[in-house]
Amino acid sequence: MTKLNTLVKSIGLVAALMIAGSVFATDITGAGATFPYPIYAKWAEAYKAKTGVGMNYQSIGSGGGIKQINAKTVDFGASDMPLKPEDLDKGGLMQFPAVMGGVVPVINVNGVDAGQLKLDGTVLADIYLGKITKWNDPAIVALNPGVKLADDTITVVHRSDGSGTTFIFTNYLSKVSDSWKTEVGEGTAVSWKVGTGGKGNEGVASYVQRIKNSIGYVEYAYALQNKMTYTQLKNREGQFVKPDDTSFKAAAAGADWEHAAGFYELLTNEPGKASWPITGATFILMHKSQDKPASAKEVLNFFDWAYANGGAMASALDYVPMPEKVQKLVMTAWKKEIKGSDGKAIWK
Amino acid sequence: MPTFLHYARLKLQNWPDILFRVITRISAFSVLLLLAAIIVSLVIGSLPAINAFGFNFLSSAEWNPVTEEFGALVPIVGTLVTAGIALLIAVPVSFGIALFLTELSPRWLRRPLGIAVELLAGIPSIIYGMWGLFIFAPLFGDYIEPWVNDHIGTLPMIGAFFSGPPMGIGVLTAGIILAIMVIPFIASVMRDVFEVVPALLKESAYGLGATTWEVMWNVVLPYTKIGVVGGIMLGLGRALGETMAVTFVIGNAHSLSKSLLMPGNSISSALANEFNEAVGELYTSALIELGLILFFITFVVLTLARFMLYKLAKREGKVT
Repeated sequence: MTKLNTLVKSIGLVAALMIAGSVFATDITGAGATFPYPIYAKWAEAYKAKTGVGMNYQSIGSGGGIKQINAKTVDFGASDMPLKPEDLDKGGLMQFPAVMGGVVPVINVNGVDAGQLKLDGTVLADIYLGKITKWNDPAIVALNPGVKLADDTITVVHRSDGSGTTFIFTNYLSKVSDSWKTEVGEGTAVSWKVGTGGKGNEGVASYVQRIKNSIGYVEYAYALQNKMTYTQLKNREGQFVKPDDTSFKAAAAGADWEHAAGFYELLTNEPGKASWPITGATFILMHKSQDKPASAKEVLNFFDWAYANGGAMASALDYVPMPEKVQKLVMTAWKKEIKGSDGKAIWK
Repeated sequence: MPTFLHYARLKLQNWPDILFRVITRISAFSVLLLLAAIIVSLVIGSLPAINAFGFNFLSSAEWNPVTEEFGALVPIVGTLVTAGIALLIAVPVSFGIALFLTELSPRWLRRPLGIAVELLAGIPSIIYGMWGLFIFAPLFGDYIEPWVNDHIGTLPMIGAFFSGPPMGIGVLTAGIILAIMVIPFIASVMRDVFEVVPALLKESAYGLGATTWEVMWNVVLPYTKIGVVGGIMLGLGRALGETMAVTFVIGNAHSLSKSLLMPGNSISSALANEFNEAVGELYTSALIELGLILFFITFVVLTLARFMLYKLAKREGKVT
């Protein structure tokens, strides 16, 4: 009998703990893009240590993030591809940028060092269209006087999975090349004309590292961490720039967030002499009308904290924090757009 | 005691039996139910794509998420070709392994070798994929593919299948990795069935002066053919549906190429790659239809195998 008694007691204890847990847990949940996952995880850890509120983020991909927030299974969704204003309205959503990063072309060509090769948008588009097939093509040689390029066939590497990285990359190519725009277009996944697909940033990185004479594109952080040979790119002002946080920040500064409806702003091919042309922000999606104002408030608290205190952590992981000017705009939008079911603003 | 009471008592005593029978019956039927449920949900999920593309879906090599035009030809061909290459390599090798283990190997070597084969079967597929990408593909691309290009790629007729840039990643690599993955399955089934051949049969054949090969080919193989075909089908089933290992090395390009050295795509790796981030109803639906097609292919293959066995069984006793 004593045994049974203990059992009953312990079951009761567990149940009590579970109930207590669900009462006190104000953990926020999010799902979506894989690209910002490392920084969100880092922020969540620091935020929990400070406030006791945890953040559970599932990096299931941007497409998944959009589906989950529409189904209201999470407090916020995350996507590398901003939703167009009309799509936001359709789902009753609002979005804001959380952090930025850059996409960089990486190559594996014998005798060419990181930052040595110069490319421009048209040449990059033609390589990915299969129109330029050799590294010593006159178009490449013309941009690179003094760099030795052999008569080797270019192997093109792209993403095999749908990806925000691909969206930013193809969006840039569509802006700089008319034939890219008409033949391929932009999207998280496109119909590639040539090349091999690697799964994820790490897949592309490992393909480029091991296939000789290849070219690919990865998030800047991956290029740095894998010590890959990135290229310079010619920006809108005709300047050749190297990818680093200065050139990403320059691109962000050139962006006109103030007039971007629903923060639908793509940072590709931005003006500014120092701007890196393939820059992009990653976005957070939330419902405008909140059934659970308390958890919405927690989400906003979290990102408010991340804006104010997360910049150094973002830079350490090779992301670029949002400029203060943009943060202010975002908070204004929170005040204006996110409301509880009673119609009152949640963010004050 | 009257009979009916007797019966009732029997029934009462039998209630665990009855309960057991009901439980097992439910278990058995739940398989059917599950199968039906999967088919139904796959069909419902793929309806938008079926309506939009019809039978064109099967013959079109177009796969364009931007314009939302989808065709399944590339993944279907990729799935069948990689599985074909895998069987082409795996069946003879497995037969050799099983033959050696049951007939030729010294007794002390049988157990360790047998265990090694079984261990190989237990390695998770992602390990094969990573090994394929990081170890096998570089070696294959640097040393074997250039040779293949120079020697086989220049031959008439089949040359076109073996020429292309030596990247180490492509349909052929995927086929070879698959072969390595299915060999343990086929080999261990073959070994098990070879072992059940009565010693009397083999001894009689040896007594008549047959060589080891003749005994294998004329006595052991006919006696065990159902098991052997079953083992091959098990391997084929795994090769058709294998996802992670193939994704790593096939190249994931939606382009139809004659050369086996060029990147391609298979149904399961297309699903693994694209499902997460598929945006829009038609894209998702096209992917689900791919799943339905894979289901159908597997079903057809299994049916063909059954049919083959049936034919073999009918021939029994007629041909000497």
